[in-house]
Amino acid sequence: MNSAFFLVLRRMRAPIIGLIVIYAIAVVGLTLVPGITPEGLPAPPLSFFHAFYFISYTATTIGFGEIPNAFSDAQRMWVIICIYLTVVGWSYSVVTLIGLLQDKGFQNTLTTNRFRRRVRLLKEPFYLVCGSGETGALISRNFDRVNQPFVVLEKDELRVQELDLQDFKSDIPALAADARIPDNLLLAGLKHLKCHGVLAVTNDEEANLGIAIAVRLLNPKIPVIARARSPVVMANMASFGTNHIVNPYERFAEHLALAVASPSRFRLIELLTSLPETPIPKPHRPPGGRWILCGYGRFGKALAEHLLPTGITLTIIDPTSAESDQNITGHGTEARTLLQAGIEQASGIIAGTDDDVNNLSIAVTASELKPDLFVVTRQNQTANSPLFDAYGADFNMVPSHIVAQECIAILTTPLLAQFLTRLRDHDEAWSQSLVDRLQNLYDGLTPTVWGIRLNKQEAPAACQALMDGQSFSLRDILRNGMDRSEPLPAIALLLERANHFILLPDEDFKLAAGDQLLLASPLSTRHNLEFSLKNANELAYVLRGEENSGGWLWQTLRRS
Amino acid sequence: MNLEKVIFGFFIVLAATLNFGFFIGDIERPELHHIYELAAALVVSLIATALKFGDRTQIGAIHLSTSLVADLQLIAAAITWAVAVHVTGEGMTPSVMSSVVSLSGGALFANIVSVIILIVETVMMRR
Repeated sequence: MNSAFFLVLRRMRAPIIGLIVIYAIAVVGLTLVPGITPEGLPAPPLSFFHAFYFISYTATTIGFGEIPNAFSDAQRMWVIICIYLTVVGWSYSVVTLIGLLQDKGFQNTLTTNRFRRRVRLLKEPFYLVCGSGETGALISRNFDRVNQPFVVLEKDELRVQELDLQDFKSDIPALAADARIPDNLLLAGLKHLKCHGVLAVTNDEEANLGIAIAVRLLNPKIPVIARARSPVVMANMASFGTNHIVNPYERFAEHLALAVASPSRFRLIELLTSLPETPIPKPHRPPGGRWILCGYGRFGKALAEHLLPTGITLTIIDPTSAESDQNITGHGTEARTLLQAGIEQASGIIAGTDDDVNNLSIAVTASELKPDLFVVTRQNQTANSPLFDAYGADFNMVPSHIVAQECIAILTTPLLAQFLTRLRDHDEAWSQSLVDRLQNLYDGLTPTVWGIRLNKQEAPAACQALMDGQSFSLRDILRNGMDRSEPLPAIALLLERANHFILLPDEDFKLAAGDQLLLASPLSTRHNLEFSLKNANELAYVLRGEENSGGWLWQTLRRS
Repeated sequence: MNLEKVIFGFFIVLAATLNFGFFIGDIERPELHHIYELAAALVVSLIATALKFGDRTQIGAIHLSTSLVADLQLIAAAITWAVAVHVTGEGMTPSVMSSVVSLSGGALFANIVSVIILIVETVMMRR
């Protein structure tokens, strides 16, 4: 506000002084020129008051006429001069002001100030999303859907404008600024008390690195999640304690290997980490045996590293890499190359180059040669989704989706990571039974995975009830707040009590104050349950069917 | 010599001197306080204010505030004058004249502060 105001004052100095001088000349002139009475006799000139009144309405081109009396010819001569003088003065001021408003720098100052004010006024915990590319936009949409406030920093002004045009439920504070500059991070609320985390998901690795280190130094208390592609940058980020590094290539390779080795556990992870309330993805059952890998860059290397231990043998096609099969020429986009690589004996193919058209070409050619082949495609651009959807690969990898899913899963539910690490101790049958329960939870859509702690801030009513000595189990609170005879469709995945973790707690498990729960349920169930746990009257209804009204007087009357 | 400083100093001192010229004289007697002097003092004071726009230093801020006080007092004096002559038809009685002059006296004080700040600023100047 301040800098913009001073900028206006400074730029308007000359026109304002000009206007004052012109008004002074015009008014003083009018008080000197003699007037005339209706009878044609000489009259005294206008007083200062009348002169100022006359000039005020004449200069602004309102023009009430000659007030209070008709003017003498001498006065009219002077007024002619005044009119031209004042119109020039006003035009000059207005043109200067409009020029200032159109000034790029001035507009920037205004938007920056507005952004700063809006960030300062944020009352709820928010996340700072750096970069609004494909990944950032996906994260933004999902945050918006679960009513999670966030702030966006994006270098490209066009993308920020796109963000404004998208129909978000809430109005998102977004600024077109380079997130690598620490000042911009501070402007976006890095040191704001309510800033609960930073997501560095720009397309530029170096920028993500810069953001991560800036957050570590300026506000070490909050977590930073960074996206990285190359192992060097990952190692660098890990060296100064970036809380979470998301490498979509590594992650996808892990998932694919897991899908080969233990499909049910992979399916469980997929269901829990997919974007909430999206259609349930179809199950992937990649076969073992021999695979063809087209493209051996960072993605290909990560895949090879994870797939080889599962017992898969790979034939690598890449014209530039030294580690590929040197007898095979070409990219894999032609039938000849694929036949050379032994597609007849292969059980799967990975189209993993960094070119979407080539990947599609590989996939289509391979399916024509061998229709029952398991095809994995890598989709680099979200814009190509219709093409990949039309082709319908067995498994499609979209880097921006993987990063967004992981960021949201980690940030919104810290307990989920604990749950996922504990999965390793359980066998496939256990995973499969949980997968079946999750799939039946919500018709065709993935559940929302969320956590709640039974403490004063997150669930005040439940916490108070538990401290007052009431005892209730999971089954008691998982009831619909509108009709308590209906159970809520929710699965308690994990319960944490004083750093002890209980996997899949029983329905009869007695809760205690301070417990932290990880639940999977539809979004509406989440709102329903959260409301019951926050509002004492709702909780009394859910637990015991009591219809309390809130008022103190009414309750006292009822008791007496 | 800096032309900007010359103009700046000129207007600030001129605003004070014109104001003083209007203020001096027996407070009740309209013939000792000419309306053109008040008009001139007001216009010069407004110009001085505009000249002070946009200086973000501490001294610049105080400069601007003293000028705004002077403007306010002089505008109040002018309005009092106009109301007495044109609205109530009371004319320039001793009581009206003394309130106009005392308002301009307040403006004079603000202008003197302004001049003092100008002097202080000049003394502090190192170039």
